[in-house]
Amino acid sequence: MSVLVYVNSENGKLAKNALETVTYGSKIGEVTVVTNGDADEAVLSSLGKYGASKVWVDKSFSGNDAQQLTRMIVNAADKVSADTIIFSNDINGKAVAPRVSVKLKAGLVSGATEIPSADGTIKVNVFSGKAFGHVKVNSAKKVIAVLPNSIQPEEIGAEAAVESFDGNAGTSGVAIKEVKKPEGNIPLPEAELVVSAGRGLKGPENWGIVEDLANALGAATACSRPVSDIGWRPHHEHVGQTGVAIRPNLYIAAGISGAIQHLAGVNGSKVIVVINTDPEAPFFKAADYGIVGDAFEVLPKLTEAVQKFKAN
Amino acid sequence: MKILVCLSKSPDTTSKIAFTEGNTKFDENGVQYIVNPYDEWYALVRALELKEANGGTVTTITVGTAADDATIRKGLAIGADNAVRIDNEAKDAYQVASQIAAYAKEQAFDLILTGKETINYNGSQVAGMLAEELDLPFISLATSLDVNGSTATLSKEIVGGLEVVEAPLPLVVSAAKGMAEQRIPNMRGIMAARSKPLEVIAPSSSDELTTFVSYSTPDEKSAVKMIDPSNMDELVELLHNEAKVI
Repeated sequence: MSVLVYVNSENGKLAKNALETVTYGSKIGEVTVVTNGDADEAVLSSLGKYGASKVWVDKSFSGNDAQQLTRMIVNAADKVSADTIIFSNDINGKAVAPRVSVKLKAGLVSGATEIPSADGTIKVNVFSGKAFGHVKVNSAKKVIAVLPNSIQPEEIGAEAAVESFDGNAGTSGVAIKEVKKPEGNIPLPEAELVVSAGRGLKGPENWGIVEDLANALGAATACSRPVSDIGWRPHHEHVGQTGVAIRPNLYIAAGISGAIQHLAGVNGSKVIVVINTDPEAPFFKAADYGIVGDAFEVLPKLTEAVQKFKAN
Repeated sequence: MKILVCLSKSPDTTSKIAFTEGNTKFDENGVQYIVNPYDEWYALVRALELKEANGGTVTTITVGTAADDATIRKGLAIGADNAVRIDNEAKDAYQVASQIAAYAKEQAFDLILTGKETINYNGSQVAGMLAEELDLPFISLATSLDVNGSTATLSKEIVGGLEVVEAPLPLVVSAAKGMAEQRIPNMRGIMAARSKPLEVIAPSSSDELTTFVSYSTPDEKSAVKMIDPSNMDELVELLHNEAKVI
């Protein structure tokens, strides 16, 4: 089986989900990686450790325009006669995978949480994490978009050869005017540790204790829907069914009752810690560790305990 | 300006998710359907705001059966001018996108909007597929959208931040939170919706590239371990040694 994996290598760096998708691909067949832009060769070569046999990079264009990336990926897929094309189901994957699916008439499976099972079906997250679907692809070729933080990267090989590739990406009609990347912030969708808070914090001026804990842990911050709706926190921090769905290793929720819509966005988390004054809060049923207490007292104590732990 | 908004139905966000017929079908028993929130709150409302500012029409389109007419009327009550239903049960994203594309090719829309995903299948597939079928630029996960003449200015989510882009019309956009605020239809809107045109058209032939064979539900969580609020050292110790997440 020939497998093509698209990875995003913006600013010369690879995100963890690049390692996840290459690992995923290596369990299906022989992996060719394709990327674009100014990625560092040594960094790309290291994808060999995760199972890539070669890495193609198209340096003729940078950026993440969906039409240009689609042309490059389709051309690469033709060249290696790929049966399976793999993306991360992240922001770029969501823009490009559907286009590649149409172009190749290859069924698209989005949000895959496991490698294809023996009967060929692929397990995906549906109903915002409340259930799984098992999807069969009816076409000869398939496109799989892997849910971030579902696959453990595995080191199995050595460095891979990095070759330049002309993907005939053409031009883009979309002009980038401005890029806003807050320095030092950990992007929520990729964060492994997340500290989140809700209306229990009583006002935006009280978020310092949430940020202190996040800083101590090296975690991203998040919030519940009411908090983003009333403007205490920015929309992109809203996790839940109508906000961002996340699956970090650790999700700490303070002052969030745990409505079903909120749980839908976080129940893929490996470990959930809930801090709430109300022992009957529904969130405790979904938690691994629970603390009945006031966030204003518990969060600073937890921050102190984390700092003490990190110092040792 | 002619705007097309793709509307899908989804189970109400409070629905209990269960399956029947040997876990091969979603259990609709007692389930209330709503317009998919991303389609309604963000895509449709922003389309209406653009129409109010610049003039034009807002048409909604849905691939579905007569059972979907209630959700389609909701779109009209909020303010869409007319609605189209392609009379076919929605099977997979490719089938839905190719049917909508076949209609849109005939109509010369300036802007085609969808929500970023449905809250039941979470595929985020239809908009991108539609863009490829129509050979149009596609801005996914847009959090703002303005139109000036034949150019749209949008903010979109990128890894670790936001990007402001300009794109030529015609254009396909998937809408994320932030683009608009939910509108509650008023009584006049609801009354007017009854007489607005809902055109039902026959489906074009199209393939399904994927099939949901079965469903399963996540394992039950084991019981929560309660920790004394004065003993945060214990929690840190458990997160490190037992859960192994820090």
